[in-house]
Amino acid sequence: MKCDRCENEATVTDITRRQGVVIERHLCEKCASEAGVVAGGSPEPSALVPQKPAVPTCPECGLAITEFRQGGLLGCPACYKAFEATLAPMIERAHEGATHHIGKTPRCKLARSGPAREAVVGGVDEQVERLRLLKRQLDDAVRAEQYERAATIRDELRRLGGAADPATP
Amino acid sequence: MPSPAGPTPPDGPVPTGFTAEWLRGEGADADVVISSRVRLARNLADEPFPGRASAAQKKKVLGLCRPAVLDIPGHTMVWIDLHDTSPFERTLLMERHLISKQHAKGKAKAGESTPEGSPRAVAVAADERFSVMVNEEDHLRLQAIRSGLALRQAWEDADAADDAIESHVELAFSPRFGYVTACPTNVGTGLRMSVMMHLPALRLMGDIEKVKRAAADMNLAVRGFYGEHSDASGDFYQLSNQATLGKSERIILRELQDEIIPRVIEFERAARKTLADKRRTLIEDQVYRALGLLTHARMISTEDAMQGLSMVRLGSTAGVLPQLDRALIGQLMLMVQPGHLQRLVGQAEQERRMVARATLLRQRLA
Ligand SMILES: [Zn+2]
Ligand SMILES: [Zn+2]
Repeated sequence: MKCDRCENEATVTDITRRQGVVIERHLCEKCASEAGVVAGGSPEPSALVPQKPAVPTCPECGLAITEFRQGGLLGCPACYKAFEATLAPMIERAHEGATHHIGKTPRCKLARSGPAREAVVGGVDEQVERLRLLKRQLDDAVRAEQYERAATIRDELRRLGGAADPATP
Repeated sequence: MPSPAGPTPPDGPVPTGFTAEWLRGEGADADVVISSRVRLARNLADEPFPGRASAAQKKKVLGLCRPAVLDIPGHTMVWIDLHDTSPFERTLLMERHLISKQHAKGKAKAGESTPEGSPRAVAVAADERFSVMVNEEDHLRLQAIRSGLALRQAWEDADAADDAIESHVELAFSPRFGYVTACPTNVGTGLRMSVMMHLPALRLMGDIEKVKRAAADMNLAVRGFYGEHSDASGDFYQLSNQATLGKSERIILRELQDEIIPRVIEFERAARKTLADKRRTLIEDQVYRALGLLTHARMISTEDAMQGLSMVRLGSTAGVLPQLDRALIGQLMLMVQPGHLQRLVGQAEQERRMVARATLLRQRLA
């Protein structure tokens, strides 16, 4: 769409309400700033909105969530944070209802202390979730009388600092 | 090995022998289990995944990974830049299960085209028990492989190599999702354990669908001889875990190595016993027909050769052809593949290849 005032491409939409009438203007960056329409600077009820509704995009690699939906692959490790809300339920379905990683963590990162360690093992929330997941697996194993498997899960629980329920055989 | 007439093997690092580790026919439960494979998906922390990376970024990743991979203790690793190899060499690597079909093709990103595909590599241990694909779907795909049912040893090998790599490069890891991967179906441990099984008796008894249904119930994937989207040619099936998140490596190992696979092995053995005891004529007929085809055909396709080899393998373990060596059958399973056959007889038309394949089988099985 062209700018209302020149030949450039319009990149901002300015919506103003005057005496109950909504006035919509499409302007390029230059004309918008000349007209005093600047991001964050326009007083109510005038509002600056992007031309199109923003598609969630990874700040690191620029992948749009729509591209992921089409191709099924993420763009970079940071995509997991950027799209966490969309990915979490999808990941849960793909992994038998699991929500958190249990298992190996990079060893030399674990050896470090402070924030680096926190970045690996996560905060209290992650710890709690992991233990909840393991306890559920332990219950399932005991119910199915898979005792060797239950023993392996108990080892894992001990490793993560959550004592196994002593009442289970 | 007698050296057959034909072109000399390609110079360079691509392994071209006729015995790959996973076809030795050795190890535990080798009557039913061909091989055990452990794959770990890993990525560098600060680089885009290969599918989104530019050629320059992919070259950077190769440069970062190369010293880490070549320094893995316990293995003499050979690095092969796949974008510098011929399609023929890549076919050999694929037939040896050292690279995936996708990695052999090396599809470049849209808008980027190089004749040999995008910058990518594979590093192969001298004994072919361990390999690392670089810039496949993930930056690093480690693979340890063993003959027979030996997931534990394969896991220990891959685990140690992972530790060694991690001491060189910063790996992408999320407190919640574990090792992050280009495809969300691989997050968590990034671990896929798969077991290649030979299940001819279950097919003859009409029970293969039962196995597939049971595998699906236990959330296992069932694939063919050459992985994803390939048919189970010659009654060979790969069973592998699908979920990689929320279960530790030890639990995944226990499920497959100690719980699920032994049950399938027993199921196949019971079927073989039933056939041997109650349907002796049927099993003998099937095995000897296959042997007849392999030793008398003048032209044979890869599929027919694999099916025939599958039946004579069954014969060798079910007492019909006890003199037949499993390692020889494994060797032939590799030699009849199009790339390996081409290495023996040179580039040839379809018909000449079928003639060459039949000649090879007659000579070796005579
Ligand atoms: Zn303008
Ligand atoms: Zn990203």
